[in-house]
Amino acid sequence: MQRCGYVHLWLLGSVLLICLISGVTRVNGDVALTHQESRLNPSKSNLNQTEHGHGSVITGIPIVTFKWHHVETPYLVALWILVAGLGKLVIEANHHVTSVIPESALLICFGFILGGIIWGADKVQTFKLTPTVFFFYLLPQIILDAGYSMPNKLFFSNMGAILIYAVIGTCWNAASLGLSLWGCHKGGAMGDLDLGLLQYLLFGSLMAAVDPVAVIAVFEQVHVNEVLFIMVFGESLLNDGVTVVLFNVFDAFVSLGGDKIDAVEIIKGIISFFVVAFGGSLVGFVFGLLISLLTRCTKNIQIIEPGFVFVLGYLAYLTAEMLSLSAILSIVFCGMCCQKYINSNMDERSVTTVRYVMKVLANGSETIIFVFLGISAIDKEIWVWNTGFILLTLLFVLVYRFIGVFFLTWILNKFRLVPVELIDQVIMSYGGLRGAVAYGLAVMLDENKIKEKNLMVSTTLIVVYFTVILQGITMKPLVNWLKVKRAAVGELTLIEKVQDKVFDHMLVAIEDISGQIGHNYMRDKWNNFEEKWMTCILMKPSARKNRDYVFKVFHKLNLKDAMRYVTEGERRGSLEFVRNETAFIDFKKKFDDDFSEVMPDIMADTSDDYSDTSDMRRDPVPSVSLEMHEQTMNGMRPLEDVNSHHLLQQHLYKGRKQHRHRYSRSHFDVNKDENEVQEIFQRTMRTRLESFKSGKMGVAPLKHITKHLKKDQQQKMPNGKSLDKSKTYHSGDEDFEFSEGDSASGFEASASSFPMRVTYRAGAGIENPAFMPDLDPMAQVQIPPWLAEAEVDSSMVAPSQRAQLRLPWTPSNLRRLAPLRISAHSTDSFMLADAPAAQQRDNDQLPPPPPPPAPPHGDHM
Amino acid sequence: MGASQTRSEHKYQDLADKTGFSLEQITNLHKRFQQLSGNEDTLSRQNLDNIPALANNPIRNQIIEAFFDKRNQHQDEVGSFNEIGFEQFLMVMSHFRPPTLKTTEEEKEALRKEKLRFLFNMHDTDNDGTITLVEYRKVVEELLSKSGAIEQETAKAIADAAMLEVASTNVPDMAPDDFYEGITFEHFEQILKGLEMESRMHIRFLDVDTTTMRCGKSTS
Repeated sequence: MQRCGYVHLWLLGSVLLICLISGVTRVNGDVALTHQESRLNPSKSNLNQTEHGHGSVITGIPIVTFKWHHVETPYLVALWILVAGLGKLVIEANHHVTSVIPESALLICFGFILGGIIWGADKVQTFKLTPTVFFFYLLPQIILDAGYSMPNKLFFSNMGAILIYAVIGTCWNAASLGLSLWGCHKGGAMGDLDLGLLQYLLFGSLMAAVDPVAVIAVFEQVHVNEVLFIMVFGESLLNDGVTVVLFNVFDAFVSLGGDKIDAVEIIKGIISFFVVAFGGSLVGFVFGLLISLLTRCTKNIQIIEPGFVFVLGYLAYLTAEMLSLSAILSIVFCGMCCQKYINSNMDERSVTTVRYVMKVLANGSETIIFVFLGISAIDKEIWVWNTGFILLTLLFVLVYRFIGVFFLTWILNKFRLVPVELIDQVIMSYGGLRGAVAYGLAVMLDENKIKEKNLMVSTTLIVVYFTVILQGITMKPLVNWLKVKRAAVGELTLIEKVQDKVFDHMLVAIEDISGQIGHNYMRDKWNNFEEKWMTCILMKPSARKNRDYVFKVFHKLNLKDAMRYVTEGERRGSLEFVRNETAFIDFKKKFDDDFSEVMPDIMADTSDDYSDTSDMRRDPVPSVSLEMHEQTMNGMRPLEDVNSHHLLQQHLYKGRKQHRHRYSRSHFDVNKDENEVQEIFQRTMRTRLESFKSGKMGVAPLKHITKHLKKDQQQKMPNGKSLDKSKTYHSGDEDFEFSEGDSASGFEASASSFPMRVTYRAGAGIENPAFMPDLDPMAQVQIPPWLAEAEVDSSMVAPSQRAQLRLPWTPSNLRRLAPLRISAHSTDSFMLADAPAAQQRDNDQLPPPPPPPAPPHGDHM
Repeated sequence: MGASQTRSEHKYQDLADKTGFSLEQITNLHKRFQQLSGNEDTLSRQNLDNIPALANNPIRNQIIEAFFDKRNQHQDEVGSFNEIGFEQFLMVMSHFRPPTLKTTEEEKEALRKEKLRFLFNMHDTDNDGTITLVEYRKVVEELLSKSGAIEQETAKAIADAAMLEVASTNVPDMAPDDFYEGITFEHFEQILKGLEMESRMHIRFLDVDTTTMRCGKSTS
């Protein structure tokens, strides 16, 4: 069956590849074309030059030749991207300005300046935003990003409202604007214009859509509540599709001519509207499924798997365009469908890559779009001023947006469980920004059919500038002034997520009991269906396991805490603070929230970090991860790898042997040579010991060498405590011994290679005689690594017998994952007081900590 | 089922005043009630257990238990019923009533508190005013019980972590010897402050009979 799947996939792949190739060739042609259009004059002259050059007799081999024409197109493209990026850099450098004026407005102004310079130099605007470039190279990635990062649940629970705004609202905008302008024209408000009703409607349809690019750019900076955001955002995405469809229909009508339009044509137009919209969505859906299926089997080509997402997304766009369906809707739905599956199918690194690249592309094209919107304005040719037309358009656009939103919300509120408030309606109306899509459509108008194309283009530009700049600037003060409900700045807390889930199930249950077929009921049914079929087909079996919602949050929290812990450790130069009580408390105060709780989890990370021995395949599962099962570890491993590599490369490793640089296009290999890793480890330990010795010498470091690794595992072995409190001695003893057991398990292999340990011990460890007796049993406890590993794998218990008898009662071990009774402060004394009572109970519940890696020293004792 | 419609209007009016449901909604719910109870006057746990759609709900037991919990009846009683009548049924249902446009801010706040109390009671099974770790673990376990891959230990770990969150946010300066006994209602409120209740604990109770559902008629 799997074979069959692969064959299918292979076929599919080859078909796609062919599509891709043909697509690429076409793309190249387009690029060349647009640029020849825009740079007609210079390229002509260049052409002459090159012809001249070829024509002349070669007198010798030129050492260096200047071949501008040869590289012109790609060079200019790259240059413009660079310029736009630099512009953004400059603008973002000053936060005082961007906090008042939104970035999009500033970018447009930047475009004005650039355009002015170009115009001053060339006396003609050579660079313009052409529809081809915009619709084929700039827009898709923005929309794909929007779809990919769409909060699906929120979107679908507000789907009805969004659809109504997007479809009916847009139609209303188009019709009302067109009709009113036509009426004013008839009334003589704008002088002599060669425009009929159809042309006005066409103009209305291109002006109708709220622009996703502009809306995202502005609303990203004002954090309005999520329902309001999804309404505006979802509407802007979907109505792009609608407006393009409307535009095409009216364009066809205009071409037909007014007298040939009869009822049949109008009905055909309406039908085509639905076909185009739903067809586009369907194409997107299919491509979304394709991506999901494809990422299911890219395990062996991880390095290029992120590429599939982009290529297939782009193909979804182009395919829809080819079938004259709505390309925007297609790519939106493609992104929305695949997000869940690819995120769990692909490797964690690939997911990160996809996210970043997506953002880079989207943000980049957004910048370019705004800059070019600015540049396009500085052109004498397009400016046709007609006060009446322009001002009336502006007025109508604003007024009808308000009317439309208020009317539709009034209807919707009758049905909505949570009504949209008045203030939110104002913001929604005011957030109706027009943008590059309208401009792109306006430029696409055919000058032969519409005589006043330039007037329309310039009016569109004015409307775009007005909405993006003026409304963009005033949006934030307005939101503040009206006290719009803001988005809760959400730290994801576990309990909230748990409660969230409780709510979900509860609502479904109550609906079931009360016999209603409501929203929750439908969602539950869909979830069940998805669970049963979709995930089965589209998701890797391994990924299916650990995608539980709450569990994911748990995992994420753990990872976050671990990262923070490591960062803090690095900041302090070591992880010593963990074991130093005062430092620890300071640290806790510093980070208000109590992340010592997660120590156990961290151990997974850090222990691996500091002893990168991935080749030794010790299971680095620390105490807690035992409870989290293997899947967590699987999830965490990539991150650990990254961390450890980073650490090693940064400051640990200067290998004596030449580091073998292996370049591979398909793998990120780290050097896995065993000896080398061994050496890295020793060196690391040595430097760490040195620094430790110098810092700690006077304080009786009873904790001999193991401490460096142990502190990764148990952050608070009672360092000085056993000396001053007899009561705690026992505990300290336990800890200590436990860690001996630990240490025994992992690192025998390198035992003989740690001479400096001994010396160090001799100097320091003696100060604490209390621990001496314990050193002896340790030798017996030692277990060879292979055995230890086997034990961890099979039984999930600690290898040391003594450790099995009594758990180490370091609070850190118990904090996050296994506390029976919890105190906000983790101190040994507390735990000790509590321990006898709780210990028995917990003993049954908690698997003892497993053996983390620790350096062996028993041999040298 | 038709018999119920002949019931005297004023009895419904009383219920409507108590619970805030409209008369139509009460009529509908009453129909459902009779359907569930098999035309009896009271409803037993068994009746609710038999709802086929509930079978897949991981927290089914807690929900059903909530219906029989006297604390949810606003009468300062504790303990649980063996069987509930229609009035009790309605009272529980009324926790999920959405606010109308007319409700003031204070009323909304009170509603919110009531809903939270309901939730709290659901978790606090032994009614000692705190959700202890053991109780919370049970919640999480049940919640995750349907997702297969997650095992009990994990559920426990998650519950513990969540509990710690509550502990650390609510009692930041706890003395070393203190133990966090469990989530009190105040803490519970505090911790869920950020959650927007409107869309999470409301259900649209239709005025029209769902068996002949027609859209467009609504009073909200």
